[in-house]
Amino acid sequence: MGQRHGRKERLDRGIKARSEDIFALSSWRELLYLLCPRVVPLLVLFCLALGLPVYWKKVLVTSAIFGILAMSWDFLVCAGLVSLGQALFFGVGAYLAGTLHHAWGWPWWFTIPVASLLGGGICTILLAPVLRLRGIYFSMVTLVLPLMLVRIIEATKVLGGTEGLSGIQGFPNLGVELVLSLGAFLAALFGYRRILGTDYGLVLQGIRDNDRSVISSGINAHWFRAQALFLAGCLGALAGAFMTHAYMFVGMPVFALDYSILPITAAVVGGMGSIAGPALGAFLLVPLSEALRALGALRIVFYGVFLVIFIVGLPEGLFHYLRRKYHQFERWTAVES
Amino acid sequence: MLWGALLYGVVNSVSLALVALGFNLTFGISGIANFSYGAMYVLAGYGTWMLLQRVGLPLGIAIPLMVIGTSLLGALLYKVVLVRIRGMVISEVIATFGIGLAILEFFRYLGFIGFQYTLPVFAEGSVQIGNLFLDLQRVSILVLGGGLTTFLWFFTRYTRTGRAFRGIAQDEYTALCLGIDSDRIATLAMSFGGGLCALAAVVILPIGTISVDAGYDVLLEALAVCIVGGLGSALGMVIASFVLGMAQSITSMYLGSHWMMIVNLLAILLILGIKPSGLLGKQKELEERI
Repeated sequence: MGQRHGRKERLDRGIKARSEDIFALSSWRELLYLLCPRVVPLLVLFCLALGLPVYWKKVLVTSAIFGILAMSWDFLVCAGLVSLGQALFFGVGAYLAGTLHHAWGWPWWFTIPVASLLGGGICTILLAPVLRLRGIYFSMVTLVLPLMLVRIIEATKVLGGTEGLSGIQGFPNLGVELVLSLGAFLAALFGYRRILGTDYGLVLQGIRDNDRSVISSGINAHWFRAQALFLAGCLGALAGAFMTHAYMFVGMPVFALDYSILPITAAVVGGMGSIAGPALGAFLLVPLSEALRALGALRIVFYGVFLVIFIVGLPEGLFHYLRRKYHQFERWTAVES
Repeated sequence: MLWGALLYGVVNSVSLALVALGFNLTFGISGIANFSYGAMYVLAGYGTWMLLQRVGLPLGIAIPLMVIGTSLLGALLYKVVLVRIRGMVISEVIATFGIGLAILEFFRYLGFIGFQYTLPVFAEGSVQIGNLFLDLQRVSILVLGGGLTTFLWFFTRYTRTGRAFRGIAQDEYTALCLGIDSDRIATLAMSFGGGLCALAAVVILPIGTISVDAGYDVLLEALAVCIVGGLGSALGMVIASFVLGMAQSITSMYLGSHWMMIVNLLAILLILGIKPSGLLGKQKELEERI
């Protein structure tokens, strides 16, 4: 094979160009073109939820919850806040749900929403003093906070100390768990994407791209950042609260580095800044790490290697790659020389 | 009692500085994220142990071999992995962290856990300071820590390569315009970091046992020192390791070892909240907040 001369040219498909501009959908073909990427994953999820054996249904629940956590991470990124400690949101939500149930015996359908809202609020207040920090400095604070909270719980023995709180009410059956987790996942996916599409989302993305110009156009960037933090924190806490009731236990591991790393890896594998990417990444990574469980301790080794190969091989992420392939066609064109 | 705590605090601080040296050179001064640093540290420890116990080399040959090996690993890491994702900081962090994860967990899988995994000390015996005794290994930590820090300080100020390291961190494009090959310097920075990390490992590890979990702790400690001291500042690094090391020693004496890590983390939080670019960091002062 000789080297091909020329360059690759990428063109938007005609339907894509029309549907972006004026929404004049005149044929089934165009309707399907727009609906396919939204409906097909829904159908696949639906079939999986019905058809899988019990063990893999559990994995599906976990994937959905980690998907929510990963999306909340990505939403923060869209507002220019790169967090290295999503475990903070997860852990606060998990401990809130556990404590509310432990102290007052509230049922799960009440603790989960309360823990989500309260968790979002608490995380926003915790991080409010450092909201002015940019880039890597904000990331470092978020990396350190969950590590510190876990040490404080260990040293002061509050909230059950190293033992954690066990005997927390579980869900009545797997069906409820599945419907709730997938429902929350889809609501988060389409909700976040909707928010980012509105003017409000544009302001957030403007803060990410150039915070100073947003401020100079008379918008209170800090207030918007705090709101984005609250929106992301609520869903992160929701993921934690849900897991508490699914495992019927909450302990120090909820602040572990795993819950900070997984959303980031999911986002890198799936593609950052698109909300759908991290969701896709979570649905690939969680089942993968379950499938590797048979390898025992080698599991994490393979996980690490897989991650590196993925980042080096496809740095833009799977979702961006697929979207490009869907919306554009490529051809070789001659280059005048 | 107080003098003992102070003396061991000093040793603790110098070992912190020693651990942070290589990380500071790659991440702090050259701006290349190497989050597999802790794994390299542990790798150097186990590697030296294997060269000594399995191959039967004397300590004097095993150590240089391992230092060179780890430097080459650092360079290889850049040439194979990092060069493809350069400039995307999050990807850099995740890729190197993934490699570190793979190395560390591979050692766990091979079953390198237990008390037999220790490195021999350089020399037996101890010296007397006042009415306290300090063993020679801790003395060599002090000597090597002091020596390497001085070397680093001169290296980054008075040699062409050292100044090129700082150049690509301050402004890569300008550095390119001045004829600094950023890929070559980055490769060098990674291999220097690896070598320094291996040196720190063979000096500090004989005091305790080698363990896989140390890899994660070392990374966190190095990160803490770099952040508190300020990225890009060698003097800041020294001050930060003394602040953190002394604080650790004093808290572990008066409050218990549970609180030791909390002090570390609290120091990072306070510094980040008040002056994010660190005690002496000047480099990014304008970019730290809006």
